[in-house]
Amino acid sequence: MSRIIVITSGKGGVGKTTCTANLGMALAQRGHKVAVVDADFGLRNLDLLLGLENRIVYTAVEVLAGECRLEQALVRDKRQPNLVLLPAAQNRTKDSVSPDQMKKLVNALTKVFSYILIDSPAGIEMGFQNAIAPAKEALVVTTPEISAVRDADRIVGLLEANGIRNAHLIINRIKPAMVAQDKMMSVKDVQEILAIPLIGVIPDDEKVIVSTNRGEPLVLAAEASQRGLAGQALQNIVRRLEGETVPFLDLTPPADDFLARLRRLFRPTE
Amino acid sequence: MLQELLDRLFSRGTAQKTSRETVKRRLQILLAHDRADLSPAVMEKMRQEILEVVSRYVEIDPDHSEFLLESDQRTTILTANLPIRGVKEVPDAPKIADSAANRIPEATSSTLPPAEPSADSPPDVLDLSMLDAIDAAIDPKTISSPSNEGRQTL
Ligand SMILES: Nc1ncnc2c1ncn2[C@@H]1O[C@H](COP(=O)(O)OP(=O)(O)OP(=O)(O)O)[C@@H](O)[C@H]1O
Ligand SMILES: [Mg+2]
Repeated sequence: MSRIIVITSGKGGVGKTTCTANLGMALAQRGHKVAVVDADFGLRNLDLLLGLENRIVYTAVEVLAGECRLEQALVRDKRQPNLVLLPAAQNRTKDSVSPDQMKKLVNALTKVFSYILIDSPAGIEMGFQNAIAPAKEALVVTTPEISAVRDADRIVGLLEANGIRNAHLIINRIKPAMVAQDKMMSVKDVQEILAIPLIGVIPDDEKVIVSTNRGEPLVLAAEASQRGLAGQALQNIVRRLEGETVPFLDLTPPADDFLARLRRLFRPTE
Repeated sequence: MLQELLDRLFSRGTAQKTSRETVKRRLQILLAHDRADLSPAVMEKMRQEILEVVSRYVEIDPDHSEFLLESDQRTTILTANLPIRGVKEVPDAPKIADSAANRIPEATSSTLPPAEPSADSPPDVLDLSMLDAIDAAIDPKTISSPSNEGRQTL
């Protein structure tokens, strides 16, 4: 049985595509056959994060129009042969595809791939409906900010209403130094508010941007130091997806000043 | 002086709420409204009706009353904070057969100071918390039921 997982958030720019690219790559590294599907029609960028933008010939739209076969549209990753991308069209609107068509496409992919990750566009309109239509599970991505958490809550409700009860939370772009100073909501705060099970906590890390610039997902880096804490956090999510119990990373800031350490020492347990 | 410094260092005492606490509280209220999907108009009508019912028994300070939907672990909680100025003479106990429904006026008069409040005494606060019982909240029976989550602090 293949697992069909949508990565979604409500608010834009919180890290859906970053997560899809890295989780897809990490799953493939663990030996699974993985298809990542870009459901962001009109504003595709999963291909960019994977560095596959120059290799796209056909997209999902041509497959649906019968202008090519599904295999012809799939872009194979040369670095990781277990991974393929089904690109979205860049020059069409979100209405060029329907939820039923998405189901058909993904259903065809389940014949070959054991993991299908769908990168959802922001918002709750047609593009979102298309992305969740084939999914059996969801990863809800948020950052610890009021607007992102509010939108994530809306998404959790909509997923439930659409029969997707298996939803897990990824909190991205945590800034440990700010949490330590009580300037930002903590992981616990956000998880308490959204009240769905937590599957990952990713720190804010410049390495994520550098890897995006290169078109090389963080988890591809050979050295642990190059992957950094963010890369490790993403790999941990994949292990948890597969049922392993992995402790969450300790994100308390390491080299902080004397005062902050003192303050933490005296503060009642959080 | 030293204490003050310590307090500020460890943000104890009356120190300002941190931005983290503020944003968490704002979110809890925001999401409660989102989740309950009650229009402001319906909220306002419910507020008016609850005030009306409570005012039959006690005199309420409308300027300092608070009426909030909050959210905790996907449960929506309606909280009414109604400062009481004094207790009213209830002419005839309302004709509700259920004897439990008559308990609140008694309870109120036994815990509160006599009906004439001194001008500067702080108003007592009646806190009615109703877990997911928004419909029931409009029903006076529910408000006066003493078994109501035990949060009827007077
Ligand atoms: N943990 C992180 N640390 C630093 N930067 C990050 C992190 N996660 C994401 N970013 C950056 O945030 C930006 C948005 O990320 P991404 O494109 O993955 O978000 P998205 O949710 O897919 O956006 P959209 O809604 O537009 O599709 C990118 O520039 C990315 O590099
Ligand atoms: Mg995206």
